[in-house]
Amino acid sequence: MRSDRNTSAPLGLKIAAGAGLAFLHLPILLIFLYAFTTEEKSYQFPPPGLTLKWFAVTWNRPDVWEALGLSVRVAAISTAIALVLGTLCAAAVSRTKFFGRETISLLVILPIALPGIITGIALRSAFSFAEIPFSFWTIVLGHATFCVVVVYNNAVARFRRVSGSLIEASMDLGADSFQTFRYIILPNIGTALLAGGMLAFALSFDEVIVTTFTAGQQSTLPIWMLEELVRPRQRPVTNVVAMVVVIVTFLPILGAYYLTRDGDQVAGGGK
Amino acid sequence: MSTVADTSILARRGGLAGRLSDLFWRKPGILLLLMLTPPLLWLGIIYLGSLIALLLQSFFSIDDFSGLINYEFTLSTYRQLLIPSNFDIILRTVVMAVMVTLASAVIAFPIAYYAARYARGKWKVIFYLGVMLPLWSSYLVKIYAWKLILAKEGILTWFLAKLHLLWLLDAWLALPVVGGSSLSISYTGTFIVFIYVWMPFMILPIQAALERVPGNLIEASADLGGNPAQTFRFVLFPLALPGIIAGSIFTFSLTLGDYIIPQIIGSSRLFIGQAVYAQQGTAGNIPLAAAFSVVPIVIMGLYLWMAKRQGAFDAL
Repeated sequence: MRSDRNTSAPLGLKIAAGAGLAFLHLPILLIFLYAFTTEEKSYQFPPPGLTLKWFAVTWNRPDVWEALGLSVRVAAISTAIALVLGTLCAAAVSRTKFFGRETISLLVILPIALPGIITGIALRSAFSFAEIPFSFWTIVLGHATFCVVVVYNNAVARFRRVSGSLIEASMDLGADSFQTFRYIILPNIGTALLAGGMLAFALSFDEVIVTTFTAGQQSTLPIWMLEELVRPRQRPVTNVVAMVVVIVTFLPILGAYYLTRDGDQVAGGGK
Repeated sequence: MSTVADTSILARRGGLAGRLSDLFWRKPGILLLLMLTPPLLWLGIIYLGSLIALLLQSFFSIDDFSGLINYEFTLSTYRQLLIPSNFDIILRTVVMAVMVTLASAVIAFPIAYYAARYARGKWKVIFYLGVMLPLWSSYLVKIYAWKLILAKEGILTWFLAKLHLLWLLDAWLALPVVGGSSLSISYTGTFIVFIYVWMPFMILPIQAALERVPGNLIEASADLGGNPAQTFRFVLFPLALPGIIAGSIFTFSLTLGDYIIPQIIGSSRLFIGQAVYAQQGTAGNIPLAAAFSVVPIVIMGLYLWMAKRQGAFDAL
């Protein structure tokens, strides 16, 4: 019998682990407090007073809405492209063995393994070399490239668990490739794709390093935020935007977690 | 005989979809090719193409007088990396990346160990989300939070004043290299923010490595007379090492290439990322910017090669 599961942790370890988690979370909680501060000119703590006024001010700022709109559109389209490319790649890699298979995994991971600034400057110099003017699409081009890996990772993990015999059974029963994809493969990988898509959306929505090189004059929300960080104009508005960004990015992460949590229970996975 | 053949071999399917479907089944290679072409074209042309074009540019040089790029093969741009002011930037970045990686490993280990060995049920979920949420939450918001914390009028100063420890902060800021006039414009500040932003990437691989260590191995070590320190040194640490190396790939690479953290929280001395940004932007010296960006690629290449030999990829 294994005796290793009923011991309790030493006190020192509990404290170290707890302190580590607190270190990760307290700074984010502080953002929530500052969104309500009445102080305009500095980052004074404790806040002299609390107010809801800055929510109204932020609501009426057209530049914030414009940046938010651009970010959402870029993230949506990049996610759509990444979903198609990532799923295709994952399907090819997990279904068959072929020469250069390892290289493809490496190629997919590379845009996120290399520092973002390299991806950014490489794209920028390529755009200027090919004389492509900066636009909405240049941002999407960059974002989709590094979003592929997130979808790919989720899809590959799920494909590994979907039993190959299910697909053969479907074919044996007379379904063609498209019907098999529609009725067998898609329902099994659906939640993994949704989770991958949500993470890709969150990744794109938050990306700033590559975007600074591919955006030209437009601001996505992170670029707007970066400008405020470098040259603060109205600090309370930044505080409110920061809080909203935290909430908006938490939702897809939680959603992705609940979707992939039961990933072991896909059909044919028990074998 | 022929009746058997008739029922077991189905007739060809009609329509375009049916014929395509038959083709895919008989020649899986075509399906594979169709599936691989779009992602490979995208990544190959847009990503690798740009990357290779960038690397080629590092072998060009810039004309000092006209400021135009001289399209002749030369290594002179790389030689510029070795002049003291540029070499300092590389050295500073690498030292910072090493420090951040070591500190992240130290802070991440207890969290990963607790999550892997002791956390059960509800606590397992809390630990998982407790790492995932900060890891995925907005990069700029995280930096912004630290700007609030480290500011002179911010919460850290307030907290230390309550504890009557302000003299400690002042003594630290008076130190030569790590100090400065305030934490938010010192190396110490940059260091803390780097740890904060990249440390979650260290926890998950260590946790994955530790999940595979059976608990009775630890007990066996204790039974054989090893004290906790010896158990850690000779049993736990070697088994966790692939995970630590896998995590360090992220912390090291991300620190090497970052240019926003040291720009917002840090002294005015440059890191590699800032040098690349400045060279391609205001200075317009794309060849030097390209040469600078080759440095992290080469360092990461060596690092990945060593990590692979240590078996770190199994822990990813």
